[in-house]
Amino acid sequence: MKFGVLQFPASNCDQDAIHAIRHLGHEADYIWHKEESVGDVQAIVVPGGFSYGDYLRCGAIAQFSPVMQAVKKFAEDGGFVIGICNGFQVLCESGLLPGALVRNKALKFRCEHVLLKTANHKTPFTAGTPHDKLLRIPIAHGEGCYFADDETLKKLKDNHQILWQYADSNGELTDAANPNGSINNIAGVSNATHNVAGLMPHPERACESLLDSADGNLIFESMIAKLAGVSEAAVA
Amino acid sequence: MPEPAITPELVAEHNLTAEEYEKIKEILGREPNYTELGIFSVMWSEHCSYKNTRPLLKGFPTKSPKVLVPAGEENAGVLDIGDGLAISFKIESHNHPSAVEPFQGAATGVGGILRDIFTMGARPIAAMNSLRFGDISNPEVRRLFSGVVSGIAHYGNCFGIPTVAGEVYFDKSYEGNPLVNAFCLGVLRHEQIARGAAKGIGNPVFYVGPATGRDGLAGAAFASQDLTEDSQEQQRGSVQVGDPFMEKLVCEACLELLDTGAVAGIQDMGAAGLTCSTCETAARGGTGIELDLDKVPQRGPDMTSYELMLSESQERMLIIVEKGREDEVKRIFDKWDLPWAQVGVVTDTGQMVVKHKGEIVADMPAAKLADDAPIYHREAREPKYLKNVRAFTLDGFSDLDGSDAINETLNKLLAWPSIASKNWVFRQYDFQVRNGTCLIPGSDAAVIRVKKDSMPKSKNDDPDETFDDKFLALTSDCNGAYTYLDPYVGGKIAVTEAARNLACSGALPIGSTDNLNFGNPHNPELFWQLKEAVRGLAEGCSAFEAPVTGGNVSLYNQNPDGAIDPTPTMSMVGLIECEGDITSQWFKDEGDAIILLGEPVDSEDKLQGLGGSAYLQVSHDTKSGTPPRCELDDARKLNTTLLGLIQAGGVKSAHDCSEGGLLVALAECCISNNPTRETPALIGASIDLSDQTDQSDEPKAADSESDAIGEPNSKLPSSTPHLRTDALLFGETQHRVIVTCSDPEAAKITDRAKLMGVPAKRIGTVGGENLTIKSGDTETTWSTTNLHDTWWNAIDRAMA
Repeated sequence: MKFGVLQFPASNCDQDAIHAIRHLGHEADYIWHKEESVGDVQAIVVPGGFSYGDYLRCGAIAQFSPVMQAVKKFAEDGGFVIGICNGFQVLCESGLLPGALVRNKALKFRCEHVLLKTANHKTPFTAGTPHDKLLRIPIAHGEGCYFADDETLKKLKDNHQILWQYADSNGELTDAANPNGSINNIAGVSNATHNVAGLMPHPERACESLLDSADGNLIFESMIAKLAGVSEAAVA
Repeated sequence: MPEPAITPELVAEHNLTAEEYEKIKEILGREPNYTELGIFSVMWSEHCSYKNTRPLLKGFPTKSPKVLVPAGEENAGVLDIGDGLAISFKIESHNHPSAVEPFQGAATGVGGILRDIFTMGARPIAAMNSLRFGDISNPEVRRLFSGVVSGIAHYGNCFGIPTVAGEVYFDKSYEGNPLVNAFCLGVLRHEQIARGAAKGIGNPVFYVGPATGRDGLAGAAFASQDLTEDSQEQQRGSVQVGDPFMEKLVCEACLELLDTGAVAGIQDMGAAGLTCSTCETAARGGTGIELDLDKVPQRGPDMTSYELMLSESQERMLIIVEKGREDEVKRIFDKWDLPWAQVGVVTDTGQMVVKHKGEIVADMPAAKLADDAPIYHREAREPKYLKNVRAFTLDGFSDLDGSDAINETLNKLLAWPSIASKNWVFRQYDFQVRNGTCLIPGSDAAVIRVKKDSMPKSKNDDPDETFDDKFLALTSDCNGAYTYLDPYVGGKIAVTEAARNLACSGALPIGSTDNLNFGNPHNPELFWQLKEAVRGLAEGCSAFEAPVTGGNVSLYNQNPDGAIDPTPTMSMVGLIECEGDITSQWFKDEGDAIILLGEPVDSEDKLQGLGGSAYLQVSHDTKSGTPPRCELDDARKLNTTLLGLIQAGGVKSAHDCSEGGLLVALAECCISNNPTRETPALIGASIDLSDQTDQSDEPKAADSESDAIGEPNSKLPSSTPHLRTDALLFGETQHRVIVTCSDPEAAKITDRAKLMGVPAKRIGTVGGENLTIKSGDTETTWSTTNLHDTWWNAIDRAMA
C-alpha cells in the first residue's frame, strides 16, 4: 500500500505521518506542494503544521496550491484522503470537508492527550476500531474548535459524518473532556461519501507504545484494510 | 544624510569607554567613522565579546572523549553519541528584549537558538527553556509571564520543534527583569558538522532570508546595559520581530544546501546581524570579506550603512559558497521561495571592507574586531549581606506541631507558583511533534528518542544505514535563592540537581550548557557572585564529566531596585542506554515499596536543610540561611547507584527531592501522572517516618552482615538531638531520591544501595486514594484528589 503525504512549505508533521505509516510496514512518500499530480498513491495524508505560516487563516492559503487541485480530483474519484490538525483545516478551507475550525475557546494553544469516541464505525477510517474502544491520542493546536451552522450540523448527523468526538473515560461527551469548545464535542468528520476525513487529534503521534499510545494505528490500519479489500476486489 | 561626528558623548552612548575608544583608534590607525563605531560597539559588547567574563569561563571543563566541537569554536558545541551520530545543543538568553516586549522578545529568543543549532548542520529536534519572573500576584508580572509563554509557544509550535522540558520560578528579585533562557538540541552525523568559517579566496558570500529592516537595531548592545525605568519606551525598537514560518523555510533550505557540499562556510545573523556574522566567519577563516550593502535586500528606503550593519532583523543567514556552484545554491533557495542575494566575496586581505553607494563605509581588520576585544579582570568583593545570611539560625522559628499545621504547609507549598505544576505553561507548547518524545513534561527530565528519520537528510543516504534508536534525557535547573545565599554552593547545586534529574530518568550525563544570568559586573559584589557561581558550576560539571559545550552570559540583569538573584542556569543532556531504562517520577502500582535513597536530613547542617528552602520562604516569609550542603562525592555516589539500580531493572519510579523537600516530592509522586486531559492517574501512599523522629534505636536487622560491610546509618545520628519535623518533611537536604519497586525487590534494592555506600531505607508503600504520613506521633492524611487540584490548578488560578 502506498500513501502520499503532502508537504507544504511549513508542514511540520509530514515526517511523523511518513514514520507512522512506514512503521506499519507500508510505503509512504512526500508530495511537494508545487506538484500538479499526486502520482500513484492509494491514499493521501494532509499533515499538520502551519502550511504557509497560516498568516491569513489556518489552511486558507494552502487550498490554492497546485497539489490541492490534484487532491480534489483524487477525492472526487473516490480516493481516501485524511487531514490531520492543520490538514483538517486545509480540507475544510478547500471545501472537501464541511464546517470550519476556529480559535480554541480558551484562546490558548493546547497540547495534551484526549480520549476519542468513534461515532460511526462504518467508514474506511473507523471500521477497524472496536466498538467499545476509546482512542487515546494527543492534540496540539490553537485553532481546533470545530464549528458548523445548524443546517450543516443536521446534515452531518443525518449522513453519519461525525466520526470522532471528545469523550471522558466513561465515553461521555462532557464539557470537561472537550479541549477546545468544539460543537457537539466534534473532533473529526468526513465528507458525505465517507472517503475524505479530517480530525484535530494526531493519530500519527500515537503510533508506538514508546510514544505512550499506539491507538492512532487503528485509524491507519482501518484505511489500509479497506484499501486492501478494494484492490482485491479490483483483481477479482 | 550626513553621519554624526564622533564625539566623546557619542562614544559613551555606544557603551564604549574612553580607553576602549583609544584601542579602536590604535587598531584602525585612525579615527573610526560612525558606522565603524557602531560595529565596534556591538562586537565589543559583553553579549558578543564576553569581555567581562572570559577569564572566568576558562575554568569550565570543556573536554571529554565525546566532544567533537568544543565550546567557543563555533555557534554551538558538538558531542558524539555513538554510531557516527552526534548532537549539538546550546542555551541562550533573551532577557532584556523579553522585559520590553515579552511575546516577540521570547519568540525571537527561540528563533535565535534554533538558528545556532541548524547552522551547525544539525536538525533541531527538541527545545526547552528556563524562565524567571517576579511575584505572580503582580499584574505586570502576569502580563510578562503570559506574553513570554505565548511567544515561546508561537515560535516553537509553528517551527515544529517539540518543547519538552523547562523550569519556571517566581521571585520578587526578577520583577521588571524576567529571565528567558532558551535551549535547543539538534542531531547530525559526524560528517555533517558545518563550520562558520569564510574559506576560499574568491568564494561568493550569499545572504538568505527576509530583507533587512530597522528592527532590533543594536540589540546586542542593548542586552549589555542595565534596564532602567525608561527602557521599555526607549528600547522597544531594539526588540526584533520573529517569523517562525520563514525560519522553518530557512532551516530546511540550509540543511538541504549543506548536503550538496557547495557550502564553504555558514553563519547565522544573530546578535549584531551582518556585522558579527561577517567578522566572525572571516576571523575563523583567516580571511577578509568585502561586502556590498547595495545588494543587501532592504525593507525600508534610505537605510544607512550604520543601520544595515547593525540591524538584527531575524531569520537571516550568511552563506559562503564554493565558487562555481552558485547555481545549485540558487536552485534550493528558489525551491523554498526564499529571498536571497549575493552580497560579497571572500578576500585575502584580512579586512572587513563594507561598501555602500559606491563608497567604502568601513574598512577594519576582521580578526582583531572579533578576537581582540578588551578583556577585563573585574574586581570581586564578597557582598555584605552574606554576613547576616551566615549568622542566620532557626532560633525563634517554631517547629511544625500537629497534623493541621503539616497539612496546611504541604498545601501551601504545592500551591506556591515555583513548586506548583507548570501545566499552564507546557500545555501551550507542542511537546510531541517529531514523534520522539518518550517522556513528556512533568517528570524529572524529558526523554526524547533519536531515530533514523530524525537525522538531517544525506545525499549519501545509505539505505542500509541502521542504528538502534538512541534516547536522550534533558533537564534545566537552577535555584536562584541558593545562589543568592551562597553562589558557590548554589552553582554546585544547580549542576547536581540537573545530574540527579537525569539519573532519575535513567540517563548518564554527557554534556552541559550554561546560561549565566547576573547583575552589573562593574559592581564588585555582583561580580563576586558571578565568580563564585562559575567556580561551583565548573566543579560540578567536572565531577559529573559533563563538559560545558557552550553557553551564554547575560549581565546587567537588574531593575531600579537592584540585581536579580544570581541565576546560573544549568542545562544538561544525558544518554540512556536502552528503552527499558527510561524512568518516570510517578508511583506505578498498588503495593509497591517506597524507598528513600540518601540521608533523610543532613546531620552536619546546622539548619537541617532549611537554609534558603521553599518552606522558609512560604511559611516564614524568609529567604535566608546558608543553603543545604552539597558534597559532590555524595552526589556522584547517589547517581551512580541509582543508575545502576535502574539498569539492573526493578526500579519502577524515581523522583528527586528538591524544592519543598521530601513531602512535596512524595506528593508529586502521587499526583503528577496525567495521562489524559482532566483524568490524572492518582495513586496514594502510606509513609512512616516515625522512627526518624523518635530517638530510640532502630531494631537491628537479623543479619549481621550488613554491619560487616559498613552499612551507612540511614537514621539520624543521636548527635542531632533536636531533629525538627519541618526539616524532616520540608527541608531540602541534598542528594535524596525516592524510588519504588515491587515489594519483593525492596530488600534487594536497599541492600545494593547500602553496599554502594548510599543510605537507603524503605519508608512506605504505594496504594489507596490518600497520602498518609506518620511523623513522630502525628499522622496526617490528604486526599490525592485534593492535592492534585491544589497543585495542578494553582497557576491557572493565579492567572485567572
